[in-house]
Amino acid sequence: MRDVAVVGFTQSPSVRREPNRNEVEILIPVIDALREQTGLVSQDFDFVCSGSSDYLAGQSFAFVSGLDAVGAWPPVCESHVEMDGAWALYEAWVKIQMGYADTALVYGFGKPSMGDLPLTMALQLDPYSVMPLWPDAISIAGLQARLCLEGGIITEREMAGAAVRDRGHAKGNPNAQIAGDYTVDGILAEPFLVNPLRKSDCAPISDGASAIVLAAGDRARSLSERPAWIRGIEHICEPQDLGVRDLGRSRSTEIAGEKAGVSAGQVDIAELSAPFTHQEILVEKALGLTEATQVNPSGGALAGNPMMAVGLSRIGECAARIWQGDADRAVAHATSGPCLQQNLVCVLEGE
Amino acid sequence: MTENDEEENGPIEILRTPISLDYDYSAGQSASRFLRAIAQGKLMGQRCPVDGRVYFPSRGSCPQHGVTFGDEAVELPDKGTIVTFSIVRVPSANIPLELPYITVNVLLDGADTIMMHVLDAELEDVHMGMRVQAVWKPKEEWTISTGNIIYFQPIDEPDADYESYKEHI
Repeated sequence: MRDVAVVGFTQSPSVRREPNRNEVEILIPVIDALREQTGLVSQDFDFVCSGSSDYLAGQSFAFVSGLDAVGAWPPVCESHVEMDGAWALYEAWVKIQMGYADTALVYGFGKPSMGDLPLTMALQLDPYSVMPLWPDAISIAGLQARLCLEGGIITEREMAGAAVRDRGHAKGNPNAQIAGDYTVDGILAEPFLVNPLRKSDCAPISDGASAIVLAAGDRARSLSERPAWIRGIEHICEPQDLGVRDLGRSRSTEIAGEKAGVSAGQVDIAELSAPFTHQEILVEKALGLTEATQVNPSGGALAGNPMMAVGLSRIGECAARIWQGDADRAVAHATSGPCLQQNLVCVLEGE
Repeated sequence: MTENDEEENGPIEILRTPISLDYDYSAGQSASRFLRAIAQGKLMGQRCPVDGRVYFPSRGSCPQHGVTFGDEAVELPDKGTIVTFSIVRVPSANIPLELPYITVNVLLDGADTIMMHVLDAELEDVHMGMRVQAVWKPKEEWTISTGNIIYFQPIDEPDADYESYKEHI
């Protein structure tokens, strides 16, 4: 295996509605800032890979215009996933492992405010028997939360506690959308949005973008004083049909975490991108995190949830803390699909 | 439903599940600048700060160099050269023109990217290098749309030199 590290990370603020700029115009300053941070120009990237969704953009092949932010002349080696940018990073990591690239630019971007996100997400469901009912994403998550509560797996106080923790941490994150001093009792006093979920149990809807530079071996060492080495990365997918999965645990996160080697050492920090409080707790349990781990120092997805970038940003937030020496070993998590259907786990270490 | 349902009614072969999502689309800052200008009868492009090429319509960044365009807008004339053309003989749902008609790629004078539109001319007259000019709707009908230009039509100027537009074919 080649040593591959995250050596650059930039992100836009998470905002509920970006009024004037389109998707690409949100992305352009993020890529500009990344070039400035790393000193690299577009021609320095052996591979470019992006994550975005035409369903969010409301037009086919919308992702192609994202390349305007990169500059594709002379022609670049490029790929795209209709998934969170974390999966684009996985593809780039594989490309580097195979020896086809030493450096890669990865980015994710989305502007869900243009549509009705909970309904757009319904298109991920089984197209024959579930999707035609148009169940919105919050209601689907609510069914899972109910199962977790009734099954004695999670309590409402634990759910509220996750929101309090994340939004407290987010006070130190200038890119967060929701930050502040919340209390468990205050959140439990909120009315239900979709019973048993309260508004504070749900990640915000955010427009935004983020970008990362990967580099291998000595190239990484020349670009960063303390590269954040990817020591393990894995993603696992569960069946699409909600009825055949155990929604009270996240088996795919458990397996991905095991294969990525989460338990091989102390985890200083973990950045999780679960968009609902009960899901965040399920992911924490699945990764076997203990109190020794600070969870979501940036606030995680519950503080800012830029669609198609939020998972990639978790990897970036971990890497940034390793560069700064605030953490030696970190775990980043990204999710895709309804009720934690597919999960990616990435273990990062400083030297 | 019975176990014999399939035998009695035949297999289900088609399931219709209509999809409809509403979007509140924003054109973006650069396209908005272009659209607001064309509502005033002006054609606005932007100059790449790296190589000086003029992109029309204006956009957020240079797709070749990936550099952000500043606020500098370049106003272009509504005259140009036909770089290439096609005679359309099949109907299209969103183009309410009488068949056959001519689609053209026009390189506006001073621009480095082409614009697609239609040409009002005799079929046998259209050719590469032909000089053309926009015919606009009456001013009171102008809106934020390239449809403010009804079509291009030939003007009485000598053909453009092939070298001047060959890069854009």
